[in-house]
Amino acid sequence: MPKLETVPRTKSAAPRLLPKTATGIDGLDQITGGGLPKGRPTLVCGGAGCGKTLFAMEFLVRGATQFNEPGAFITFEETGEELAANVRSLGFDLDALVAEEKIAVDHVRVEPTEIAETGDFDLEGLFLRLGLAIDSVGAKRVVLDTIESLFAGFTNQALLRAELRRLFRFLKDKGVTAVITGERGDGQLTRQGLEEYVSDCVILLDHRVNEQISTRRLRIVKYRGTSHGTNEYPFIIDEKGMSVLPITSLGLNHDVSSERISSGIPRLDTMLGGKGFFRGSSILVSGTAGTGKTSLAAHFAAETCRRGERCLYLAFEESPSQLFRNMRSIGLELEPYAKKGLLRMHASRPTLYGLEMHLVQIHKMVTELDPAVVVIDPISNFVSGGTSRDTQSMLLRLIDFLKARQVTAFFTHLTSGATSGGTSWEGTDVGVSSLIDTWLLVRDIELAGERNRGLYVLKSRGMPHSNQIREFLITPRGVDLQDVYVGPEGVLTGSMRAAQEAREKAQALERRHEEARRQREVEAKRAAVEAQIAALQAEVKGLSEEGKLLAEQDQAREDELSEQREAAARRRGADLESAGVRNDGNERKKGQR
Amino acid sequence: MSAEKKPNGNGAEPVWELRLYTAGQTPKSLAALANLKRLCEENLKGKYKIEVIDLMANPRLAKEHQIVAIPTLVKKLPSPLRQIIGDLSDKEKALVGLQLTPHR
Repeated sequence: MPKLETVPRTKSAAPRLLPKTATGIDGLDQITGGGLPKGRPTLVCGGAGCGKTLFAMEFLVRGATQFNEPGAFITFEETGEELAANVRSLGFDLDALVAEEKIAVDHVRVEPTEIAETGDFDLEGLFLRLGLAIDSVGAKRVVLDTIESLFAGFTNQALLRAELRRLFRFLKDKGVTAVITGERGDGQLTRQGLEEYVSDCVILLDHRVNEQISTRRLRIVKYRGTSHGTNEYPFIIDEKGMSVLPITSLGLNHDVSSERISSGIPRLDTMLGGKGFFRGSSILVSGTAGTGKTSLAAHFAAETCRRGERCLYLAFEESPSQLFRNMRSIGLELEPYAKKGLLRMHASRPTLYGLEMHLVQIHKMVTELDPAVVVIDPISNFVSGGTSRDTQSMLLRLIDFLKARQVTAFFTHLTSGATSGGTSWEGTDVGVSSLIDTWLLVRDIELAGERNRGLYVLKSRGMPHSNQIREFLITPRGVDLQDVYVGPEGVLTGSMRAAQEAREKAQALERRHEEARRQREVEAKRAAVEAQIAALQAEVKGLSEEGKLLAEQDQAREDELSEQREAAARRRGADLESAGVRNDGNERKKGQR
Repeated sequence: MSAEKKPNGNGAEPVWELRLYTAGQTPKSLAALANLKRLCEENLKGKYKIEVIDLMANPRLAKEHQIVAIPTLVKKLPSPLRQIIGDLSDKEKALVGLQLTPHR
């Protein structure tokens, strides 16, 4: 094993030099850059139950059905009937293929108890049978499953090894692409060290159980003369056979879209620069239980379907019908979209299978449905299906995969109560925060015996976004966002906010009343002053009239006096005219006299 | 040993039916045949039958009869069926394999 760790990283300069035989196994041909080395043997090894036989069988069946390459299956462990029965569950009709002479099956039985060795021998019988099987169908592909059984049947190991060497040479001479399976041994890839004979391509299958959940993985240990993926790739075996997940970290060279799509909640769009999320971005909504994460997700899903785009909704907590019912209560009708085929619900328990299985499942569904949006509600449950590191790597691959396809990913994450009590609001126990483009946080705000919901945008890459907390209301007409009261008394929500608003209203009313009163006062004062002015003016008028009167009286008196003077003058016989003109002078003269 | 005598006592003389599988005239096959003949002459004189099957001429039989190694000697009768592989050069082992322990 340590020896094999230092697999020579072959140069990828000319990957087309080595002719390859496509396996037809989902994903494997991508990892290997075209398939197994043509005309050479490939060793497939792994522990019991890791899918070696299935791998080999699928290789043959796909070859016979898809690539028109007949195959020969030499089984050392199971009989032809058993083999046919085993692979029937995967949709392979081995009997029919045998009848059509596309596949030849030969069960080589080696019973050690029946065999005694007396001197020199060879395995010419096996060679003959192999040759017969190959020739009978014109096989291009050969499987030996598993040749190590020979080691149990014969005691002369040295001879056996020499014969094996001859066997592989024989296979190469025949020009067949062979798959040889081998049981994994201690400290080496196979119990009998088959890897020393098969030096072109070695594939290791692995079946690991972690926390009662099993995950199958495949790794190409070596592949001489070609570049290949060196990672461990998860694979699943389902009713359609094997699928290997070729997605790894795809790198960060995917195209991005600057198209914006609505979140389904107008006020939330407003918070996100007025236009909503970026298409193809990854969105995370995290929060404690009951903060409305699913409602947000459902809004987004409904909005997607309303636009006529497809949405894949992966529910890991609720069944579709439960979700439909619950969302109906907030005025969201999802069921018609599901009926129309725009919304595809997939509900399963996260613990149903391992992370990799989930990943492969999602991968498959996304490939099938080609949705615009994928909702995963919630991702936190995946942690129960693996360690958080596994979960992180799985989500990383998922996000990369979705991004590469320009699928908008909407995740919800349940923040556990323990962390919410502390200060780690802004963290996820699956450690995906750095992979997320837009992160919304819904949290409960406990105040005055009430629990209200608050929403804010923790981050949103590439767009201006609101930094304010909004109160998050779930109404029978859907989710609504309200401004929270932020004032000298802190952030208030719910009835506190309502009370505060009422209080403010009352205060405003009072202020208005006060103003009106003051206005009236001023008015009254002004009226009083005006009255005063009027009185004074009246007085002025009175005075002036009095003055006039006095003047008139003076005049009257004057007139009377002058009349009297005139009368007196007349009596004295004075010249009227001169008396009139020189009245004063006369008087004075008179007086001087 | 008593168990072995029982079937012997039934018939007049049990006939040993032996079948030797070879693949062409290889030295190993020839040696095996020679060794077998000598062995039978020494131990089963007059009560054995040897059938030689050349798988090279009829490879289908290798599959039908489950033959892997060459040469293979199959003791069909008396039961139980036994398979001996090799050129029978190891006489002791061959006798044990045929359950022909020399018990004169």
